[in-house]
Amino acid sequence: MLAASDITVRFGERTVLDCVSLEVASGEVVALLGPSGVGKSTLLRVVAGLLTADSGTVSLDGRDVTMLPSHRRNIGLVFQDEQLFPHLTVAENVGFGLRMQRVGRTEISARVQDLLQLVGLEALANLHVTKLSGGEAKRVALARSLAPRPAVLLLDEPLTGLDRELHDRLAADLATVLRTTGTTALLVTHDIDEATTIADRIERL
Amino acid sequence: MDRDRAALNRRPWWLVPALAAAPVAGLALFYLWPLATLLARVVQPGSVSDALGAPGLARVMWFTFWQALVSTTMTMVIGFAPAYLMARFRFRGRAALLAMVTVPFMLPTVVVGAAFLALLPASWHGTARAVIVAHVFFNIAVVVRLVGAMWAVLPTDLTAAARTLGATPSQVLRFIVLPLLRPALWAASTVVFLFTFTSFGAVKLLGGAANPTLEVEIARRATQLGDVDGAAVLSLLQLVILGAVVWWSSRWQRRASLHLAGDGAARVARSRHERRFVAITGALTASVMVIPLVVLVSRSFRLGGAWSLNAWRTLGSSEVRPGVSLGVDPLASLLTSLRFAVVAALISVVIGGLASLAIGAAGRHGSLLDVGLMLPLGTSAVTIGLGMLITFDTAPFDWRARWWLIPLGHALVATPFVVRALLPVLRSIPADQRAAAATLGASPLRAWLAVDVRRVALPLAASAGLAAAISLGEFGATTFLTRAGRETMPIAIGRLLGRAGEIPRAQGFALATILLATCGLIIGAVSGAVRPDGRVHARSK
Amino acid sequence: MRKVLLAGLAAGLVLAACGNDEDRSSGTPATITLVAYDSFPTKDTPLNEALAVFTADTGIAVNIVTAGDAGTMVAKAVLTAGNPEGDVMWGVDNTLLSAATEGKVFEGQPSEVDFGDVCVNYDIAWFADRGVEPPTTMDDLLLPEYKDLLVVQNPATSSPGLAFLMATIAHTGEASWQQFWTDLRANGVEVVDSWDSAYYERFSGAAGSAGDKPLVVSYGSSPPAEVVFADPPRDDAPTGVVGATCFRQIEYAGVLRGTKHPDEAAQLTAFLLSEPFQKELPLTLFVYPANPSVTLPEVFTKFAVVPTNPFTFDPETIAANRQQWQDQWTEIVLR
Repeated sequence: MLAASDITVRFGERTVLDCVSLEVASGEVVALLGPSGVGKSTLLRVVAGLLTADSGTVSLDGRDVTMLPSHRRNIGLVFQDEQLFPHLTVAENVGFGLRMQRVGRTEISARVQDLLQLVGLEALANLHVTKLSGGEAKRVALARSLAPRPAVLLLDEPLTGLDRELHDRLAADLATVLRTTGTTALLVTHDIDEATTIADRIERL
Repeated sequence: MDRDRAALNRRPWWLVPALAAAPVAGLALFYLWPLATLLARVVQPGSVSDALGAPGLARVMWFTFWQALVSTTMTMVIGFAPAYLMARFRFRGRAALLAMVTVPFMLPTVVVGAAFLALLPASWHGTARAVIVAHVFFNIAVVVRLVGAMWAVLPTDLTAAARTLGATPSQVLRFIVLPLLRPALWAASTVVFLFTFTSFGAVKLLGGAANPTLEVEIARRATQLGDVDGAAVLSLLQLVILGAVVWWSSRWQRRASLHLAGDGAARVARSRHERRFVAITGALTASVMVIPLVVLVSRSFRLGGAWSLNAWRTLGSSEVRPGVSLGVDPLASLLTSLRFAVVAALISVVIGGLASLAIGAAGRHGSLLDVGLMLPLGTSAVTIGLGMLITFDTAPFDWRARWWLIPLGHALVATPFVVRALLPVLRSIPADQRAAAATLGASPLRAWLAVDVRRVALPLAASAGLAAAISLGEFGATTFLTRAGRETMPIAIGRLLGRAGEIPRAQGFALATILLATCGLIIGAVSGAVRPDGRVHARSK
Repeated sequence: MRKVLLAGLAAGLVLAACGNDEDRSSGTPATITLVAYDSFPTKDTPLNEALAVFTADTGIAVNIVTAGDAGTMVAKAVLTAGNPEGDVMWGVDNTLLSAATEGKVFEGQPSEVDFGDVCVNYDIAWFADRGVEPPTTMDDLLLPEYKDLLVVQNPATSSPGLAFLMATIAHTGEASWQQFWTDLRANGVEVVDSWDSAYYERFSGAAGSAGDKPLVVSYGSSPPAEVVFADPPRDDAPTGVVGATCFRQIEYAGVLRGTKHPDEAAQLTAFLLSEPFQKELPLTLFVYPANPSVTLPEVFTKFAVVPTNPFTFDPETIAANRQQWQDQWTEIVLR
């Protein structure tokens, strides 16, 4: 279970987040809705440990992780522009988190296979990510974040920049994947239809 | 559409040949012919085996490679943190720090050599480690600029993504940052390796007689032992090695550069950790870059353990002891150097300007001239000097005594830099500008004059400064061509620092300080208009 | 406007540079250039006064150019042969003559101008203060009590340096001289590029020197210099000579090939051999004049050491082995 309490973030004069609190129950998918610039992505980064809040706490299953660096939080983040590692293949990208955990090669290989099947991209395992289409890249980004079994998965406007048809298809797929894996997820979006499709509960910022 | 435009608006056919005539003639006469003479010298039976059989050649070769490798490795390692600092952070004094890192790179090698002679204790003089330390100092700019430039566009979110996947900071470095920086790392390593391999001034002053590289040995053979044949063989050997290194390195670099999308913009340090890193790295880098030069200046004011103006006061006389002369007048060498610099800059700018315009006007066909003009850049200065010396030594081409031969040698070394600075400016001119001129009634020739020539005028002036600075500091080629009464400052400094007495040493430091100040002024004036990565800002009116 | 100024400045400097071209053949009086090694005085000594007399008599002014010890000088002459930096060259010695001849440096044959013996000199007071006996033989130099005390010159750049090298080769034999130098290196020998630098900057026994080494390769005729320039004056020599280390050196001067003033150069060469000039050699350069009609000054004959049996090599041996010996020495001692 994820709990963010009284998160305040200031950039110079500007207060981006003011005493924001949020909770996501285990296995729940929550969508955070709001117009651009209101601080949704900032909140995600605070939860992920990429940004230090001026005040407030983040806790995971009761444990306070506010002072913990990103790489020890086991909180995944799917970036808006995917941020796939351009020098690695699809399989290498997906297996990256496991490799950082020093999991054995065969085990990585098996898990990567599973995840690629989950997102429907088994055939592209050895392709360099620079050759992927927009939709494929987003699937790989999702698979990559899921592979190390994060306690919580954060998604920052994961379906931006896709045409309507692809967007709707991927939204449905994303909803299925999250439910199948039982992932605790916090999704940030400005699209209410997307929020309704994917999330169990909608919060507004 | 291109075809129609070409037929109707083609510039006169004689434009490119007219522009290229002087540069091509100059290149052929003063570079290709000397190179051919060197080759002819080597091809004589016996000379190759004699030279290659000389005792100690293997050791010289081994040392040249070894010190270049160690220098390169250490430069890459030491330059890494400053590169990261300059690439990723905005902080007060960043521009000044960048200047502090870049200026040593453009200083004459004798000045850097003198600075480290002043800084390092006597037990370090004439050792390999002194050479390596000076090389690192010199070349940090390459790492900071080349690697930093690439690091600056590395999206921060890539490293963030890696961290959310559980990568520790060192894992991020190892698996994400370094692989993505690889093209820049290769480029920087190659440049530093080539520079340290052919380094002359620093090795000569700091390595002493015990640690010669190939370049220093070539000069020694020719100017101390009179063994020109041996020197010629070593020159060509070095050319072959350099060619092989460049070829091998370019094969490894041939990976297509990856398109890095995203925001890598530099930001202000936020966490206490980051602020500490910025402060410490910034302070250390600034110290390392500035201290040797400060020590150089201060040592010129110290004699016998006390502060003294004696070295400076006696700089105008060449007396070593009553009645006996050093053989070179230090202040006269200053005037000679300035004179030569003006002439060399003039030649470089004219030839370089003509060549750039020719290459620009020639379009696709310009690449041959482009590559041709870059050749002197890849040839060591010592080889250029040696070639000129043995080519222009018989009538009617016996030009050894001509006053213009040395500035010409300097121009040969400097022109490639001028071309490299001007070409991007020319290439950045949108074709529509000429089209606009055409619709306003300008003939193709007039349009070319109004647009292209006008565009390069200011960068040309800036390049003149660059060429002057190069000429002032030129040491390798000048060593061969120097004649009594016409010594340049680097030659004089080398002579002064070669004596064992305290006063000549201090005088050497003083003269090196003057050279430092002169070059520093020129570089400072020019750097507003010319970026060291070769591109030229045209300052807005 | 700024560009016009800049162009004008450039043009002016170019013209100024033109004015410095070496060809000054127009007009009298002619000035010719004497190229010599770096210890040859350029002004203020009796030697220079003698040259001034020459100028007064003939109208030929003499400009003196020095650049380093004889080895450096000869190498430069070889590189500029046919288009020389000067008109007459002084100071090629018998060890370097083959280099000059092979390089076709001279017009015709050079003439012998002086001679001397290259020997190890020692600082008497330094050894007396420490109660150590100065060395007496070549092999003594390898003894531990003389560790780190000797300064020699690089035989590639210096003629006494080359002469001393040849002395060691003559002493130990052509087959085993390398071992001698390996041992000498192990015993801490310092190498300097020129005699002037070694004697006046590193040798503790030289007047006005801040050096700390009591043993130096110099001349059998160097002690008189220390008597002449002693301050306060003294009537004994403060330096001594190790007679067993001496090598007979003969110096030459000649007209350079390609000189633009052959007549004047010939006149100067003749003057260099004449009595008025040669009589100044003992107390200025501290060498023996070649001209037999010169009477040597008393202080010179009294304090100069003439070895009974200096080492020597015949010109053919020197010519055949010089470069190889220099190369091998460099390998053994410097690398």
